[in-house]
Amino acid sequence: MNRFAWAHARGIAEAAAAASTTVADAMAAPPGAGGDEMSIVKAGGIDLIDLLKENLLVPAKLVSLKDIPGLDGVVEEQGGGLRIGAMTTLATLADHSVLRRRCPVLADALRGSASAQIRNVATLGGNLLQRPRCWYFRAADYRCLRKGGGHCFALSGENQYHAIFDNGQCAIVHPSTAATVLVALGAAVELANAEGAQRQVLLEDFFVPPHRDVQRENDLKPHEILTAILLPQLPEGLRMAHVKQGERDSFDWPLADVAVAFDLDPEGSCKRAAIILGAAAPVPHRARTAEAALRGRRIDEDTARQAGRAALDGAMPLAKNAYKLPLFEVLVRRAILAAAARQ
Amino acid sequence: MVEAASVLVGQGEAAESGGPAVVGPDPVQITLTVNGVARTIEVEPRMTLAEALRGLLGLTGTKISCGRGACSACTVWLDGATVCSCMMLAIDVGTRSVTTIEGLATGGRLHPVQAAFIEHDALQCAFCTPGIVMSCAALLERTPDPTAEDVQRAIAGHLCRCGTYPHVVAATLAAAKARKA
Repeated sequence: MNRFAWAHARGIAEAAAAASTTVADAMAAPPGAGGDEMSIVKAGGIDLIDLLKENLLVPAKLVSLKDIPGLDGVVEEQGGGLRIGAMTTLATLADHSVLRRRCPVLADALRGSASAQIRNVATLGGNLLQRPRCWYFRAADYRCLRKGGGHCFALSGENQYHAIFDNGQCAIVHPSTAATVLVALGAAVELANAEGAQRQVLLEDFFVPPHRDVQRENDLKPHEILTAILLPQLPEGLRMAHVKQGERDSFDWPLADVAVAFDLDPEGSCKRAAIILGAAAPVPHRARTAEAALRGRRIDEDTARQAGRAALDGAMPLAKNAYKLPLFEVLVRRAILAAAARQ
Repeated sequence: MVEAASVLVGQGEAAESGGPAVVGPDPVQITLTVNGVARTIEVEPRMTLAEALRGLLGLTGTKISCGRGACSACTVWLDGATVCSCMMLAIDVGTRSVTTIEGLATGGRLHPVQAAFIEHDALQCAFCTPGIVMSCAALLERTPDPTAEDVQRAIAGHLCRCGTYPHVVAATLAAAKARKA
């Protein structure tokens, strides 16, 4: 790790003013750019310290958010939604009584993320902003497209853990399991800047696909702090499920994960459905054809199977990841049936 | 954290226009509470807790293996919660109390988990053992009567190339019984 200075921010505006750049902007800049002034926000630091140790990021200063009051915790809002402070750790959320009661599918997904040691430190905000795990991206020797270079090494390289959708330019998959679930539930993020202005963005729109900008996964701006994750009030009777498949049951990133949420009319037909695939594309992937396959239909084994097949619409596997097709097909079916079985 | 923050504020450059107090990159004096004892050391902000424990405080029971939070060999407690000390900056610990493997035994007597690991042959090369013991002892603090699955979940982040896992589970279940006896 290179040397850096350390700043303890005491308020959001102070932290935003000090945070001269984002991790993505800093990594895309030519070596040496930004120089002595480059300051980056630190939340839990799990992803950040990893990048620092690899010398992928060489900031002059880290700005710690840890002691800013009000950035952690879960609040039930008057409109029926939940406001989750961005600095709340995954461990706190996995066991949080309000979250377990109101949205167990999210609490369970967080409990199944990373290891106990990581969950005790990693924050939900940091989890959503973490950079991809692509091994070419993580290796300093490869100046890949996402780091400002001219080439995606995964396209013709070792791509078994890479994207099967939207992989024409850069084949990363988004690393956040929480994002898969939160996009399915229609969550938004709240961002604050140094002037005290806030903006709210639907999480799905906050993520940036490669064709919009190949060097970033989200729309966080310099001098901006992600302050909260906002869960809308979930409709009465909403059926939800999240399923994840890794190479092993313990501590691992998913090879594939699927979150579904749908509600039924009094006759038992599907009114609206959200089907989101994780570890499938550079951003959480909405399987629109699969969603359409559920709408207006009764949820049974046949419908779930058809939706599973429809979820592969548009998939273009690379040389070493075609195994993800049957994986997603089965996980979508299982997730739909698991959600339908829940009251 | 207020105390630690105020210590840093006291040492920091006079912040311009109300900006945050800044210290480093040169060494900064911090005080860590380790195994119940306040220890004052000088660290660069980039120094991890694992490096500070081993290099500055001589507490070499905490091991550094992957250095990326992927193997959990460096597990210590911060206020009783397990963390990877290789992924925690020493300057970021603040007033949270650090417990290392050296702090588990009391009055010259091994912690029940340590004694059970010996009894059940739950270690071979033992490089991963201090971290695993910290996770198993933390489990018993919050779940005094765990199931085998609870233990498996508690050690899910640990890598052991010798494959001691089944003996670790047996030892931890035995330690839970011994604590209640």
